[in-house]
Amino acid sequence: MEDKIFSELRYPKFFGFAARPSGKLKLFLTALPFILSIAIYFTASQIRHAENPGDKILPTFTQMGEAAYKMAFEIDPRTGERLMLTDTLSSMKRILIGMIAASLLGLIIGLNMGLFPGVEALSSVFITFISIIPPLSILPILFITLGVDEFAKIMLIFIGTFPLICRDIFLTVKKIPQEQITKSLTLGASQFQATYGIIMPQVLPRLIDTTRLSFGAAWLFLIAAEAIVSDSGLGYRIFLVRRYLAMDIIIPYVFLITFLGFVIDWSLKKFVASRYSWYIQSKG
Amino acid sequence: MKKSIIAVIVLSMAFFSLSCGQQKKEYRIAWSHYTGWEPWEYAEHAGILKKWGDKYNITIKLERINDYIESINLYTAGKFQGCAMTNMDALTIPAVGGVDSTVLIIGDYSNGNDGIITRGEKSLKDLKGKKVMLVQLSVSHYLLSRALDMNGMQEKEMTLINTSDAEIGAIFKTQKDAIAVTWNPILMNAVKTPGATMIFDSSKIPGEILDLMVVHSKAPDELKKALTGAWFETMQALEDKEKMKAAVEYMAANSGATYDEFIAQLKTTAMFYKASDAAKFSKEEKLKKTMDYVRKFSFDKGLFGKAAASADYVGIEFPDGTVLGDKKNVKMRFDDKYMQMAAEGKL
Repeated sequence: MEDKIFSELRYPKFFGFAARPSGKLKLFLTALPFILSIAIYFTASQIRHAENPGDKILPTFTQMGEAAYKMAFEIDPRTGERLMLTDTLSSMKRILIGMIAASLLGLIIGLNMGLFPGVEALSSVFITFISIIPPLSILPILFITLGVDEFAKIMLIFIGTFPLICRDIFLTVKKIPQEQITKSLTLGASQFQATYGIIMPQVLPRLIDTTRLSFGAAWLFLIAAEAIVSDSGLGYRIFLVRRYLAMDIIIPYVFLITFLGFVIDWSLKKFVASRYSWYIQSKG
Repeated sequence: MKKSIIAVIVLSMAFFSLSCGQQKKEYRIAWSHYTGWEPWEYAEHAGILKKWGDKYNITIKLERINDYIESINLYTAGKFQGCAMTNMDALTIPAVGGVDSTVLIIGDYSNGNDGIITRGEKSLKDLKGKKVMLVQLSVSHYLLSRALDMNGMQEKEMTLINTSDAEIGAIFKTQKDAIAVTWNPILMNAVKTPGATMIFDSSKIPGEILDLMVVHSKAPDELKKALTGAWFETMQALEDKEKMKAAVEYMAANSGATYDEFIAQLKTTAMFYKASDAAKFSKEEKLKKTMDYVRKFSFDKGLFGKAAASADYVGIEFPDGTVLGDKKNVKMRFDDKYMQMAAEGKL
């Protein structure tokens, strides 16, 4: 009797959300917001289409499906390419090159900053300064100085993500106990061996995790850069067709970007879990 | 508790009755910065818009939207009853979007306000194999397309790079091999760069890039009459030597240009100062030819959307009743009725 009163007092009662949901209920609850959103969209779209069959602002699912199919599988008469594929490849190329550069350089510089006080003195404050500049505010400067080609767009992604990755690796390296470094140097390791043979492997899973989390920002910078100056890409296409309100192309493209982001995030998470299981466990 | 509920009910009833008390219908008109549309802001500032609104017992709310395309999108979404836009955008955005629109006023045509500038190339033939920056699918793209047509060239022979109009001027000035297609005032500014040449401009295709005031076809007569009346009274003010100075000073200051810069911009904007000229223009065969170019260009570039099977997808109606395109799907109408009434002083 007392236990019952106490357990009732501990959790606020609210439509049974206090209790832990069973497997099926949990699945239902997870799906519920999605189902509701789709239902609301569907209703709103139908209402708009009843008034104006040519409405372009809330396309029906059929319209979006048709537009997506045409973009993905039909060859565009002017360029001779399948637009969705070309756009995806362009954007992926830019974001992957930018992120790989940011993470590699972030690793090397962060590592050295963490281990060698001289390097820290040289770069720490400067990199902090760069990390505080909002990358989108320097976007016009980038295009003016670096031109309108791929390099400027990749540089924006790099500048947006490198400072965070670098500082994260720096802080992670700093957390490694000094005894370990001393021990390795005592046992005869050279500076190079200590840095890249002993410290770096410990930091790699952290690098991949931070890179994974930075992808969200990277997508933002990619889309912003492509919206301003580009001749291909997912962001380019969205802003181009926005001009004539082609929501039936824009919405599927947004889902495509979400899907790609999800795939990248999931693969990196699985990679770390498989190769660096000790890292997952120690994180608790 | 009871007292506060009663207070709330009484207050909301009072508020409700107050708002019900307003008899005048309100109409929202959108516009964005462009030389040919600055007079709308002057019309409001000088009280001309209010005067005509009062005459027909309506309230006209003029709103400036910072982004030109956003203004058209908002009009298409139903947030505004009228919007200032070009003929091409009127066709590809609201008309294709199923919003039956009427071209109430033909304000002007671009007579040098749009052009192709280079930093070395001397003619259109030199554009072969080069990178051209422009806002894709805009009037700049149409201008380029017409320029290439007139010189027997194809878009395929060069690479187009979609560049936002916010950046195109600065990039043109700093990239030594830049080629750009853009409009005033960016155009005027950019061509001052040493070594820059304008190799083609809209004065070579006069009467094709039109700046209009477009309203819902179903908008009430009062709104159409008031807008037309206000516009042509403003046009009269611009022709009058004394009133013009004050008007131009205001418009220049409002658009961030100096008096001389604005006068220079007006020179490349062929405004229809007289309502009779505007009405006459809307009845000419040339307009049908222009709209034919525009609709074919729009369809080729996919601006009619994935559902369109041909350039006939949307019907364009002209003052004499002829329809270009699908007669059963007329969504863009050129109407000379109100401009004619303004010309005859019947407004």
